[in-house]
Amino acid sequence: MTPAAVWEALGRIPDPEIPVISLVDLGVVTAVDVDHETARIELTPTFLGCPALEAMTDAIRESVAALGGEADVRVRTDLEWTTDRITPEGREKLRAAGFAPPSPRSGEAPTLLQLERGPFRCPWCGSIDTKLENVFGPTPCRSLRYCNACRQPFEQFKTI
Amino acid sequence: MPEPSRAETLLPLADDELIVGWRNSEWTGIAPFLEEDVAFSSIAQNEIGHARALYELVAEELGTTADELAYDRAPGDYRCAPLVQLRRMDWAATIARHVLYETADAIRIEALSSSADPAVAGIAARIDREEVYHRMHAEMWLSRLQASDEGRARLDAALDELWPYGLGVLDAEQRPELHGRLEERLSRALPDAAPVERGSHEPELADLLGEMTIVRRSAPAGARW
Repeated sequence: MTPAAVWEALGRIPDPEIPVISLVDLGVVTAVDVDHETARIELTPTFLGCPALEAMTDAIRESVAALGGEADVRVRTDLEWTTDRITPEGREKLRAAGFAPPSPRSGEAPTLLQLERGPFRCPWCGSIDTKLENVFGPTPCRSLRYCNACRQPFEQFKTI
Repeated sequence: MPEPSRAETLLPLADDELIVGWRNSEWTGIAPFLEEDVAFSSIAQNEIGHARALYELVAEELGTTADELAYDRAPGDYRCAPLVQLRRMDWAATIARHVLYETADAIRIEALSSSADPAVAGIAARIDREEVYHRMHAEMWLSRLQASDEGRARLDAALDELWPYGLGVLDAEQRPELHGRLEERLSRALPDAAPVERGSHEPELADLLGEMTIVRRSAPAGARW
């Protein structure tokens, strides 16, 4: 079992809530270290309240077991996960599935004014004539927007 | 002077987050409209997630588990502020509490972000970045209620009742900051009230804890679904 093989296996685990992207695309796997048959894996959750954490941990254990090893998963709540950790491939997969990827983080915390007035692009038709419907969507990490051009609602990833 | 223990610093905060999350979740299914139902449930879930992360840090120090801290203590041992214990199934009162709580929470989380304990500073910084969206939500509702005479009147009445409880969320030295921030945002005066201090228990807390722990008590070996 090599670190590359573990990364590759983890790259095939779908996110439990948004299965179009993998845990690696999402940037929640922050370290992999292999010592003989044990893979030490650090998992840095997106939102602290994410209910998918246990499902992710279980999936990682199964996936490493399939390589003939054992996973030692450590959840790091002290490390920073930001939406900037989503990989370019992950962002493209999100967009193709109708989720608007998060805008890059700037130095300052995002504000309500930015969410209401900022240029957020519709993942369906590409228009930026969209409006904020709700700060919270089906999960804490997404908000709901509506596209005035193609008249479709869509989910926008929050920048954290 | 020695640094206060993690339990000393974080248990009141963790208990607040757990209980306010539980109270917020009581609107699931009956919030004023569907999108709000989703939003407020998300906030509730997020607060309980913060509680879990904080309990885990405390549990490491005390040699116990997050679940034992959350569920197995006697009602009198919970350190949550009376503000979050109150049960007020009125939307204006809920928004008033939300505004008071989120504003107070921002002040203490900012202070914890510069803790000498890197685990505490790290988790506080993470919580703060997530709470930005709770504050935006509170902000939107304030503007919405303040936009009509009835909304403003109901909000003001709720703020009059809950303001002494809001003060009780913070330690004494942080209260002037809360007073200043709220008066500025609310564009109204708030009196110099006697805070309802942490450590007192409202009668409805026992009901909440009874409901919250019923599954755990009925299956002490652990429930499996």
